Amino acid sequence: MPILHPTEQNRIISTPADSGLPTLFVQDLRYNYPDGFLALKGVNLSIAPGEKVALVGPNGAGKSTLMLHLNGLIQGDGRVEVAGMPVTKEHFPVIRSKVGMVFQNPDDQLFSPTVFEDVAFGPLHMGLPLDEIHERVTRALQMVDMAGFEERLPHHLSLGQKKRIAIATVLSMNPEILVLDEPSAGLDPRARRALINLLHELPMTMLVSTHDMRLVLDLFPRLIIMDEGEIVADGETAVLLDDVAMLEQHGLERP
Amino acid sequence: MQTTAFDRYEQRHSPIHRLDPRVKTVVTGLFILGNILLPDGAWLAFAAAWGLVWISSRLARLPVSFILKRSFIVLPFTLAAITVLFSTQGTAVYTFPLFSHTIAITNEGIVRFTSIIIRSWLSVQGAILLTATTRFPDLMHALRHLRAPRLLVAIISFMYRYLFVLADEAARLLRAREARSAAAAANQGGGSILWRAKVAGGMVGQLFIRSFERSERVYNAMLARGYRGQLMTMNPHDLTRQDWAGLGAAIFLLALIQIIGHLIAIA
Repeated sequence: MPILHPTEQNRIISTPADSGLPTLFVQDLRYNYPDGFLALKGVNLSIAPGEKVALVGPNGAGKSTLMLHLNGLIQGDGRVEVAGMPVTKEHFPVIRSKVGMVFQNPDDQLFSPTVFEDVAFGPLHMGLPLDEIHERVTRALQMVDMAGFEERLPHHLSLGQKKRIAIATVLSMNPEILVLDEPSAGLDPRARRALINLLHELPMTMLVSTHDMRLVLDLFPRLIIMDEGEIVADGETAVLLDDVAMLEQHGLERP
Repeated sequence: MQTTAFDRYEQRHSPIHRLDPRVKTVVTGLFILGNILLPDGAWLAFAAAWGLVWISSRLARLPVSFILKRSFIVLPFTLAAITVLFSTQGTAVYTFPLFSHTIAITNEGIVRFTSIIIRSWLSVQGAILLTATTRFPDLMHALRHLRAPRLLVAIISFMYRYLFVLADEAARLLRAREARSAAAAANQGGGSILWRAKVAGGMVGQLFIRSFERSERVYNAMLARGYRGQLMTMNPHDLTRQDWAGLGAAIFLLALIQIIGHLIAIA
């Protein structure tokens, strides 16, 4: 599938794609942490199929909390829908195969003794037949350019390799949307470049939280800025990144 | 930093490495069971059992010193059996007074004590051979297919996966302490033992909290990929003719060792 042309993708949001339902729909989402901290104060968001969206904001803005809602790992008040399906307990199995969530630290994401078992974990728990699991693992590892690493042990891999395999662990589930938490954090320039190329090649819808403004500029036509539990800006990356005053107000920098 | 000392020899190629992990696990289990069943003082059988270890390590192209060196780790634990020296009935070879009693070391006691040491030492060598010639993930598969409790196998797998992460984390903590452990020129530095103990305790606590938080994140990562409280696994292995042959040969030799041990005890 080709990467959509930026002008097609830069549609101002909250209007779902003309055909069908938005891949991701969030309405008036609020979340209180058990200690009373109000992490999300009414978030509204809609992502159309094929869109590539960056989510930026200072630490503690609620980015990770928002992401954890997208497949029901935590549940707040409000509506969250994935491809028209509300994120509720009975839909968890389907939703979790549609939302490929990759956490920031690959040592948390990769918990199996071998790379193969980790990439196979999702398909296996989806109840797929064995030969299809093997097929999907091979394909997912090819997509992230790590073919042949099946029998390697995660603790012998570099951080860049682990991050790529962490992405493969959800690609093997054929997700409709990739949700990545700070994919480029801690990578050296070469590994970071390789990761950017990889993200550029992946065809699916993406929501990526990051502090890497260069990455945002290179890859994501649409930008959402969060601060203090709210979405404070949502629109074309090029336009938002020109608003220096607004960026500074939320502790961000122009790339 | 990487901690690779644990799995240095697993990736080599040899007839032993190629054996199915289930066969190796079963044979190791039988080997240990056999050692336990051998009668006290069956020296020839003990020697034969060690011969089996030696041949296997040759076949696996492992330096015998590798296994020997690691096997000594068991010796301190065998000290727990030291009481059999005095508590076994028999001919006294040495007596000494303890408080108002006379303690006698008996001939039979020495034989039994030595046999216990040899048994545990042999068994540990068998286990070392198993872990040195089998990749850890394969060992876990073998345990699963041999019907070891799933939860137990899962716990061991996680332990193995995160041992390295934890070791790295501990090393980072130690380095951070090291980096700030300065001493003024005229001063010895380092603080009192109590203070040092407090620092060390704090570090252990840190490590625990970090592991605890990590376990939550790992659990989330599992849920995100469809985990619903039931760990599933695949069956990747089929027993080949060589595996059956290896299993047969091993069982034959182990039986032979038993026969030697028991016949000599009778004679």
